[in-house]
Amino acid sequence: MIRTLFKIFRTGIVTENVIGQDADNIEVIGQKLSKLIKKRFKGSLRIRHIDAGSCNGCELEIHALNNPIYDIERYGIHFTASPRFADLLLVTGPVSRNMEIALKRTYAATATPKVVVAVGDCGCNGGIFGESYATLGGIDKVIPVDVIIKGCPPTPAALLNGILQAIAN
Amino acid sequence: MKKSQLTYIDVALDKFAEIAEQMKKQSATLAAEWASEANSCFEIYACYRQNSNYNIVKTVCPKSNPEFPSLVGTYTVANRFERQIHSLFGIIPIGHPDLRPWIKFEDWPEESYPLRKNVDGLKPLGRVAGEYAWIQSTGVGVCEIPVGPVHAGIIEPGHFRFHAVGETIINLEERFGYTHKGIEKRFETLGWEDGSRLAGRVSGDSTVAHALAYCVAVESMSDINIPKRASWIRALFLERERISNHLGDIGAICNDASFVFLFYQFMRLKEKLLRTNQQLWGHRFMMDLIILGGVSVEVSIEGIDQILSELSMLEKEFEELVKIYDGNPSLEERVLTTGILTKEQAKEFGVVGYVSRASGGKMDCRVSYPIYPYDQIDVRIPTYIDGDVNARIWVRVDEIRESIRIIRFLLNEMPIGELSVVCPKPEPNKTGFSAVEGWRGETLYWVQSDEKGQLNRCMVRDPSSVNWLALEKAVMNNIVADFPLCNKSFNCSYSGHDL
Repeated sequence: MIRTLFKIFRTGIVTENVIGQDADNIEVIGQKLSKLIKKRFKGSLRIRHIDAGSCNGCELEIHALNNPIYDIERYGIHFTASPRFADLLLVTGPVSRNMEIALKRTYAATATPKVVVAVGDCGCNGGIFGESYATLGGIDKVIPVDVIIKGCPPTPAALLNGILQAIAN
Repeated sequence: MKKSQLTYIDVALDKFAEIAEQMKKQSATLAAEWASEANSCFEIYACYRQNSNYNIVKTVCPKSNPEFPSLVGTYTVANRFERQIHSLFGIIPIGHPDLRPWIKFEDWPEESYPLRKNVDGLKPLGRVAGEYAWIQSTGVGVCEIPVGPVHAGIIEPGHFRFHAVGETIINLEERFGYTHKGIEKRFETLGWEDGSRLAGRVSGDSTVAHALAYCVAVESMSDINIPKRASWIRALFLERERISNHLGDIGAICNDASFVFLFYQFMRLKEKLLRTNQQLWGHRFMMDLIILGGVSVEVSIEGIDQILSELSMLEKEFEELVKIYDGNPSLEERVLTTGILTKEQAKEFGVVGYVSRASGGKMDCRVSYPIYPYDQIDVRIPTYIDGDVNARIWVRVDEIRESIRIIRFLLNEMPIGELSVVCPKPEPNKTGFSAVEGWRGETLYWVQSDEKGQLNRCMVRDPSSVNWLALEKAVMNNIVADFPLCNKSFNCSYSGHDL
């Protein structure tokens, strides 16, 4: 136990202001997010992630949002287990034919008003997988999309920026 | 050092199963089984791993009568390989006990076999009515728990159906295919050059392993010499990918046991590595850095210094955390004796990677079938015999230590020279094969050119294709609440499996 406490003490707080490629506007993204979430979502934004057929690269970066460096919970953002509780759907793609029905059902199970964010190049337009017998292409081919976040995969900073855009509109 | 070998054997259709029995007697493992379409016939391949050698046995069957003798009687692991061949090629494995569709869903039109050449891969499929015949269990007190495809966390889609009595799992049936993106067919449309980008997206977390395996397979079709420096840089990427994924997964397993402290600490270390990747080579996961003929980026002298000093930091912090993991009784309570895969089961199911090495296995392609420069490195393989979640964690702990050592060696001894050469277009009617030990385990690629030298078939076998089946056995008699731990300790890829 003493080791654990010692390590916590030594590590200190590593959470940082998000600095991305365009640092100027991203550095303040956190504060903007917090303000909007307070105003529009009473302080708590619930996100349901749906993998509609991705290669799991985007999932790694969405995971990273929960690490202590990005610590997305400080803005009042939580990932929820059920679409019933979700305000926002974060969907990675391309939409595989075999996930089409599950995606539609999850969308239908989410209470309105709902915001849909398509993540990654594949989520935007099918990416390298394109459209084929097995894939339908971008998320907007199956459910209405409000905001897209490009990148293969998009960095955690880009993800945060996209979420901000989605709730600002 | 033992010489590793790749052998091709052609056999008659009726001898296909007989050879499998002989292979089994010589304690070879069935590593993969797949089909390909030639002009006049279907070709069926079975790839056996025997110590340092791979034997690829080929047989053909006429298109008018697409059948071959099933190997399931001899090798359990053939079960899903053959279901897949049946589903996507429409070739019938005679004697297979379970020909329910695999990856293909029940709502696909019956006669749709997308990997056949006369099928236009770009054309959408229709939907038909159909029902999947789940395994049923009846009896008083048996409860069925369906989970997925959309899971509770940030995970890929798949379906698990548990039968439980009280808290105890008495059967688990997996069902996959939700992330099937038609990757193998896509390879055929994209061609050789773009293939490495697609391979890098078969399973995003193993982008280096897959891109490398694809490139090595294609390069093996022509007599080209990859610049030494490029091969060493490739190995550096492979080891860095191993460290960052192992760090993240050890943390995630601790998180599933509600020990959040270690989760945060390991994720913090992982993030540092990813940022260094971004800084040095422009991509956090090192996607698209491995190309046909070499690599696309240089490792500068400053970069080497940065990596070395980062390794020292990493090593020190990592060892502190391992001590904390080791000295935590409540964590031990969850991971010890949970999800045991016995040595016999591991052998029967032909598992690979850390799952195998946690159950007494000793196979690691970096030693048994080394690509350059691994034949220059003395890679030590950690082996544990307990086969539980704890053993799988310790294998990964030791592998991180070993990878740190390997990276130091690579950086200190790295030869100078070119980064890439032009990789010639493969000649007609040739095949190429590769086996690369990614962080998840043995990753196999087999590529074939047609009579015009175009890509005719690219077979991908992610380690998950075999390890998933073994997970069904490992969770038996565990409590339902321990499933996330078992699953995370295997950490199979859905996308790599579904293709």
